[in-house]
Amino acid sequence: MTLVIGSLQLGMIYGLLALGVYITFRVLNIPDLTVDGSFTLGLAVSASFTVAGHPYLGIVLALLAGALAGCITGLLQTKVGIHPILAGILTMSGLYSVNLFVMGAKSNLSLIGKNTLFSDLLTALPALGKDGSQLAVGCVFAFVCVAVCICFFKTQLGLSIRATGNNEDMVRASSINVDAVKIITLAVANGCVGLSGAVIAQYQGFADVSSGTGMVVVGLASVIIGEAIVGKRSVSVGIISAIVGSLVYRLIIALALKTSFFPSYMLKLVSAVIVVIALAIPTVKRTMQLRKIRKGGRRNA
Amino acid sequence: MLEVNHIDKTFLAGTPNEHHALCDVSLHLKKGEFVTLIGTNGAGKSTLMNAVSGTFWLDRGTILLDGEDITYKKEHKRSAQIGRLFQDPMKGTAPDMTVEENLAIAYARSKRGAFQFALKKSDSAFFREALADFGMGLEERMKTKVGLLSGGQRQAVTLLMSTIAQPKLLLLDEHTAALDPSAAEKVMEITNRIVKQQDLTTLMITHNINQALHTGTRTIMMNAGKIILDLSGEERENMTVPELLELYAQKNHGELDNDRILFSE
Repeated sequence: MTLVIGSLQLGMIYGLLALGVYITFRVLNIPDLTVDGSFTLGLAVSASFTVAGHPYLGIVLALLAGALAGCITGLLQTKVGIHPILAGILTMSGLYSVNLFVMGAKSNLSLIGKNTLFSDLLTALPALGKDGSQLAVGCVFAFVCVAVCICFFKTQLGLSIRATGNNEDMVRASSINVDAVKIITLAVANGCVGLSGAVIAQYQGFADVSSGTGMVVVGLASVIIGEAIVGKRSVSVGIISAIVGSLVYRLIIALALKTSFFPSYMLKLVSAVIVVIALAIPTVKRTMQLRKIRKGGRRNA
Repeated sequence: MLEVNHIDKTFLAGTPNEHHALCDVSLHLKKGEFVTLIGTNGAGKSTLMNAVSGTFWLDRGTILLDGEDITYKKEHKRSAQIGRLFQDPMKGTAPDMTVEENLAIAYARSKRGAFQFALKKSDSAFFREALADFGMGLEERMKTKVGLLSGGQRQAVTLLMSTIAQPKLLLLDEHTAALDPSAAEKVMEITNRIVKQQDLTTLMITHNINQALHTGTRTIMMNAGKIILDLSGEERENMTVPELLELYAQKNHGELDNDRILFSE
């Protein structure tokens, strides 16, 4: 039971990360590697402000910091003309120093004994219990972000983002500034990622400068698992599927660790393998189909 | 409405592949004029259109649209007033979005407000009515993804998209060339109707000389980056396809001493 509750808590919070990855990877159709950096940036900002006694301000600023990181990647892509993947890597790499700076040149910060969102909620509503309050915070963040994103993608701007991921020429022909659309999308997506990091920092009670490593892959794995379970009908469904995917991903990981199926240091490799397998499915399907057709052809010949 | 003044463009200047695509081209289009543009491949027809829509910067010359100098205006800003269709039906629409959503994006340029909901009931009714006018049954497929439509249907949707916000200028780059004959005829019929309804100033590239002479009000022929023939009024009405070809040969012959012809492929 604790295993399920723990996975739900983490799944909801990391769901925001999956949401950010979904927006760039699936809607805008650009794999964005800024995520590793912007996640840690959110984590660092939130932790530093919590240590200073401002956990709420920390969350808000983490969101904005993530968005700013996304803007920078967007500017590198559109105005400087750097390849999208390289632009993401450059921002991510630069952010490593920024994150250390934010954390006061320390590679980790402890929030033990400090007021956080979670401790405040527990004081206000002791009936919830520790697990309950953690789950409540995660759910509130996930629901609010999902609702905001679903509405956002129904607006004129949201529609332009979807079209930009589909056919840039058509967007340009409709007198929409493609560069601006890309920058805004990357800002929104990385804002979500930063927020995810911010909540995680207060949830786990510490911040480590290397927590962001491999977060893109975690996000991708969640998105892909979500799509496999919920399907990909529309953007609204996709946004919900990202959260669902994140929940299932956390549950799988927790189960695997619990049964000692693999040691915890294998986590990143397992995530990477999940993503590779999921992305390979279409190709494998096509090969199988071709083989079937060939066999049938020979039999009929 | 459209004034192209002495524009000049050389691609890859200073390299062995240097290509003088537009040589001192001037063209004036009056409001409501429907001009057909003909010429061999590489004559500079599409380049002229690209210059007007702003896909590259000119070396020399100016372009004015409805009195406004748009020579240095960015492409996406120009497209608020210029509707454009390409030969490739895939180019003008977003395949994974529905007909309605595509139209909503195109329609948005007539009204600003990024955070308004994109699909409004009143707009939907308007789109439906406009599509019903085409007589292709598209009004029943508003929720269909555009990628599932045929080339002719997609081109019809694109045509509506590029004219829905009442542009000042419509550019058609062989927009029926990739369609089967009956679809091409249908799309051409719709084009004529919309141009007439909105009294649109239109520039259309075509390889069908017969069509060029019988559509619109004026015919222009280009060769090697220059306008070599400009027909309108009675002269155009009396022109036949063989006569036009004869004229083309004459014009070309007259320029044979020009070393460009000798070096052209």
